[in-house]
Amino acid sequence: MKSDPELYDYWPYKDRPKITWPGGKKVAFWVAPNIEFYELDPPVNPQRKSWPRPHPDVAGYSYRDFGNRVGHWRMMETMDEFGIRGSISLSVALCQHHPEIIAECAARDWEFFSHGIYNTRYAYGMDEAQERAILEDSIRTVQEATGQRIRGYLAPALTHTERTLELIAEYDFWYTCDLFQDDQPQPLKTKSGRLISMPYSLEINDHYAYNVFGQSARQYTDVLKRQFDTLLEEGAESGTVMCIPIHAYLVGRSHRAEPFREALRYITSHTDEVWVTTAAEIARHYLDHHYDEALADIAARRVTS
Amino acid sequence: MTLPEDYLEYPRRRHGMDHDLYPWSSMFARPKIAWPGGAKVALWITVSLEYFPLTPNDGPFRAPGHMVTPYPDYRTYTTRDYGNRVGIFRIFRVLDRLGLKASAPMNTAVAERYPTLAQEVTGRGWEVVAHGIDMNHIHYGGMEEAAERAQIEDAISRLRLRSATGATVRGWLSPARSQSANTPQLLADCGLDYVCDWVNDDLPYAITAPAGELVSMPFAGDLEDRKLLIELGHPEDTYADELLDAFKLFHAEAERFGGRILHLPLTPYVIGQPFRIQALESALGRILEHDGVWSATGAEIIDAWRAQAG
Repeated sequence: MKSDPELYDYWPYKDRPKITWPGGKKVAFWVAPNIEFYELDPPVNPQRKSWPRPHPDVAGYSYRDFGNRVGHWRMMETMDEFGIRGSISLSVALCQHHPEIIAECAARDWEFFSHGIYNTRYAYGMDEAQERAILEDSIRTVQEATGQRIRGYLAPALTHTERTLELIAEYDFWYTCDLFQDDQPQPLKTKSGRLISMPYSLEINDHYAYNVFGQSARQYTDVLKRQFDTLLEEGAESGTVMCIPIHAYLVGRSHRAEPFREALRYITSHTDEVWVTTAAEIARHYLDHHYDEALADIAARRVTS
Repeated sequence: MTLPEDYLEYPRRRHGMDHDLYPWSSMFARPKIAWPGGAKVALWITVSLEYFPLTPNDGPFRAPGHMVTPYPDYRTYTTRDYGNRVGIFRIFRVLDRLGLKASAPMNTAVAERYPTLAQEVTGRGWEVVAHGIDMNHIHYGGMEEAAERAQIEDAISRLRLRSATGATVRGWLSPARSQSANTPQLLADCGLDYVCDWVNDDLPYAITAPAGELVSMPFAGDLEDRKLLIELGHPEDTYADELLDAFKLFHAEAERFGGRILHLPLTPYVIGQPFRIQALESALGRILEHDGVWSATGAEIIDAWRAQAG
């Protein structure tokens, strides 16, 4: 084990090379619906329990199943209304379980990235061959279902090994959503490939907002507006990224759908200032225009970790 | 510590669910439901009447709301008891005034210990829903089938005897909404029509396996007073707004997609406090200003739904 993850150098949020987004927009805004499948009776991982109650944990399982049966369709309609294409954090087995959802998202040209096979299969304890199998399965499954080559990763249930990010770089993934050290993309120190960390967020993740911090639907809308206002202001100096990570089983509940709609309306109404996009498009733009400059700047500061 | 090879095997990776209890479907792809009288939203209020023994049973886990301190936990016991003595009468008063009825999931122990409370419920034309024996009798995975069958039969037969509703007990809510893999089958075997443990839908759906005619009623766990006011700590006015926001969404969806159900799960020891009851009355009053609200019990909703979709 290492005391520092050794994934990036310290790079303070000051005097960095300016990021410019297409069209001179200040904030790159993306929405990450987590479209997940939790198993009713998953195998045991010794390092993490799948469900708090004995299987079948009907309470936990059905809480999440709501997203696919009901919440997704409300969330998708709201995103359509404001021209937002989702960047889907996908339990890729959903391609088999609910291809109807995959087809609707693909028809809207949404992006898919891997969130593991199931959100009840954890990376803890996997050997390299097993981790490779997860990545190869993810790439193949989404490719077969949608024709898309996935470029992003959010580990299943945020479970990692020390080799996870090195492996995704090797498989030509462009970005990871697993790290929370910054509000701007930045290069990661992988041996192969050019992998960047993509700002995601736990703090404004709907799960944390509603069920950890106890925010009401309207409070959460207020939080999202404040987050956007600050990133917009800072984006005048150098482009920022705002991601809203959501779960249809949370935002798609009856009492939350309308307040969430108001948050999306507010953010997208800043048409001259916000680049409404996907994570892969942000990553591509960053790799093509800012990656090398960022690497040079980080190296020049000589603050390695 | 490495994982065994079969950790990456997925025997139930297939179209639909990873079990055989009910088929997969999007709620928005189903035929429209029409409620009686052209109503848009069925207002299904449930008021849970629960008995938490002072001696909690920890197998397999303690039900939410159960004792917290070392024995004897008078503070929790009496706080729960408050609901059955005082809080419930405030709920009766509000719903009576507004002309609304409810379904009451009732532990059998409540019907036996407080027969006059059971009469208050049935005398109003409310529905009694079986809710297990008491909050110590959890149904859970790994429970022996014969023991669970006996526990369910016992709970239902004793409830029917005491609740003065005879054979009309048709619904079931498991204590702590916890089931074993056998629970749906056992409930169907007992002749029950519906179960309220699954929070995965906003409309009823048929539980198709292993056999029987059981229907899942859409329990709105995220609108439960205990969840919003106690677990998440939302202020009372926020709670009232959340109920109204939920109603408005369903009201609007009904125009496009057919009848909807607003389920309001109430807990007497929570919403029945003097400073909270106003929030319920205010929310219900604002809901009733709209057209197309049908106050219905679970059984009435199931009958209307089955006639079209069942």
